[in-house]
Amino acid sequence: MTLLFINARLIDPEAGTDSLGALLVQEGKIVELLPESTDPAQLFRERNIDADSSVDRAEIIDCAGKCLAPGIIDIGVKVCEPGERHKESYKTAGLAAAAGGVTTIVTRPDTTPTIDSPEILEFVTRRAQADAPVHVLPMAALTKGREGREMTEIGFLMDAGAVAFSDCDHVVSNTKVFSRALTYARSCGALVIAHPQEPILSAGAAATSGKFAALRGLPAVSPMAERMGLDRDIALLEMTGAKYHADQITTARALPALERAKANGLDITAGTSIHHLTLNELDVADYRTFFKVKPPLRSEDDRLAVAEAVRSGLIDPISSMHTPQDEESKRLPFEEAAAGAVALETLLPAAMRLYHAELLDLPTLFRALSLNPAKLLGLAAGRLSAGAPADLVLFDPDMPFVMDRFQLKSKSQNTPYDGARMQGRVLATYVTGAPVFRRD
Amino acid sequence: MSSPKSASQSASLAAQSFGHRHLLGIEPLKPHEITAILDLADSYADLNRGPEKHSDALAGLTQINMFFENSTRTQASLEIAGKRLGADVMNMAMQASSIKKGETLIDTAMTPNAMHPDLLVVRHPHSGAVDLLAQKVNCAVLNAGDGRHEHPTQALLDALTIRRAKGRLHRLNIAICGDVAHSRVARSNLILLGKMENRIRLIGPPTLVPSQFAEFGAEIYDDMREGLKDVDVVMMLRLQKERMDGGFIPSEREYYHRYGLDADKLALAKPDAIVMHPGPMNRGVEIDGTLADDINRSVIQEQVEMGVAVRMAVLDLLAQNLRKSRADAAAAAG
Repeated sequence: MTLLFINARLIDPEAGTDSLGALLVQEGKIVELLPESTDPAQLFRERNIDADSSVDRAEIIDCAGKCLAPGIIDIGVKVCEPGERHKESYKTAGLAAAAGGVTTIVTRPDTTPTIDSPEILEFVTRRAQADAPVHVLPMAALTKGREGREMTEIGFLMDAGAVAFSDCDHVVSNTKVFSRALTYARSCGALVIAHPQEPILSAGAAATSGKFAALRGLPAVSPMAERMGLDRDIALLEMTGAKYHADQITTARALPALERAKANGLDITAGTSIHHLTLNELDVADYRTFFKVKPPLRSEDDRLAVAEAVRSGLIDPISSMHTPQDEESKRLPFEEAAAGAVALETLLPAAMRLYHAELLDLPTLFRALSLNPAKLLGLAAGRLSAGAPADLVLFDPDMPFVMDRFQLKSKSQNTPYDGARMQGRVLATYVTGAPVFRRD
Repeated sequence: MSSPKSASQSASLAAQSFGHRHLLGIEPLKPHEITAILDLADSYADLNRGPEKHSDALAGLTQINMFFENSTRTQASLEIAGKRLGADVMNMAMQASSIKKGETLIDTAMTPNAMHPDLLVVRHPHSGAVDLLAQKVNCAVLNAGDGRHEHPTQALLDALTIRRAKGRLHRLNIAICGDVAHSRVARSNLILLGKMENRIRLIGPPTLVPSQFAEFGAEIYDDMREGLKDVDVVMMLRLQKERMDGGFIPSEREYYHRYGLDADKLALAKPDAIVMHPGPMNRGVEIDGTLADDINRSVIQEQVEMGVAVRMAVLDLLAQNLRKSRADAAAAAG
């Protein structure tokens, strides 16, 4: 199987380039990046590719000047299996990912029950392989039941395929437990993903403290709680030397601490969510619960500071933090409503807001969406280089549309972008060279 | 002047300038709408002092009071307001019923909604809950307090009390003292008095008066003596012990010493300054008992009286708009 993409605007995050060219894919792998002037017939002759062979078909895809980029690798997707399959299954999450240009989902263990044993991990891996059209890499919990008391069987879980260990939004508040888990994880070479937050200060908060929260009378948390959580974790990293990733950095105040930790040579990376990059606290308006996420949306100053940190490379990956919630969990007073938003399908169009606002160019965006998460997890994907798997997304960065949540492929439709005018759509998605989504 | 007729005349005048289906907060109101409500409430205050405390403004309409949180005075005030206007009033004590059985707010509210009420009066412990409910029901909704968000009729009755005592509702120095953080009364008052162009000072310990309130255009004082200098109105707030989940103050006696209103501190305000309290009072915690009862300074009883008048005015206006929208819908349907 040979694919030749011609007339493509190639977004290469490794080289930092955005230029017209062609891309040759064979046996599910990228073979070569070719110049714009490539003549398909001549190329096939030179490479001894028989375009009409019935055994080894060759397909020429004319991209018509649209963007071709490495597929998105999304760390921190919640698929609600086991436990709440009515909210999202591997099948629907996989279809949503494909439609969103996401070729690898890294799933969260905050299910019911928690994915904290090799047996449960094997179950979800089997479900994922049978149902999802994209790559699925599972994370496992760091502590049993995400209760912060006893570490999980990190070694066995890694053997069973866990790519990282996280208690998700539960902070391991017992520093003794956390430091031991970090120490043990280091000996296994495991990546620990934590949620930097001072859990007592942020308990019960539904908004970020400031004028908006005061006006709406919502229980709020100071953005300082994030920095306090990060500061604590950095101190524990100095003690233990573990490989650590902060799931979401969303405030300006946490950034200097992150910068210092990186400069000091700690094995630390940090991500952020697409919601914190494209929305701010005022979007909650009249208690719209689809805008309730965790941590809560921040001020516009924080949003811009975090976008700048993505540009500079201080923040590494951007995630969707895809969190399906059913209507009942959201149709409640704001304080009581569940947090989280679905985002697999809106990740790319929302990211295009940053491109159109000239905050980030396309190679920088795909460095955060594809290359950095691949590096973090040691994957060969996430780049447009020879030998990398042909996980690709073809998209039109300018195509306008009005978001209609009922058109989403996710089982849950809790997106804050419902009704929003957006610009940028996925046209096709390829996983190891095979098309998994095509927009008609 | 005090005949029911004058109330109904001002009611139709007021309705022309009040264009809301629900009253969920002070925030969406414009200054002329606030004035219209207060003018109408003035005429109802006259009615209430007369021999026949009755009008038929709400005749044929059903008013349901749904209280998801304990209330004695607000509920009584709203009940009597509805009854004096001729509505059929029913009280539902929600904290005792279905909520404990795991039913959601929307489902709980849909039950009385199916009984075709015309006016739904709601109090709920969570901010924004009344807004949510108003989106789902097809009658007029009056917010009787939602969490720490708003309590619009309290702010209106406070405004009416001030206007009657001071002769105006603008360019006054008004101090709001105490537990601002947990108070929906403070928020609604801050918004209303700000819209009417008064100078507002917030006085209290920084744990109860967060600095972000400065962004509403209020001046913040943590020294009560300094803050009370030359004010026209002293509004005390109740220390909301039930909403506090941690130590906000070291003790009630220290709080009373530093932030409790007594004659000594009040002497710093203007000689004719009035003292207000939304009730219920914690005597000896935020206010000295003798001062609260001093009829020369305290207008606390007047606030309760104006509460009924203001609520009659609001119910009347909501009912008029409801009838108008129903008539329009019927006309449109042919």
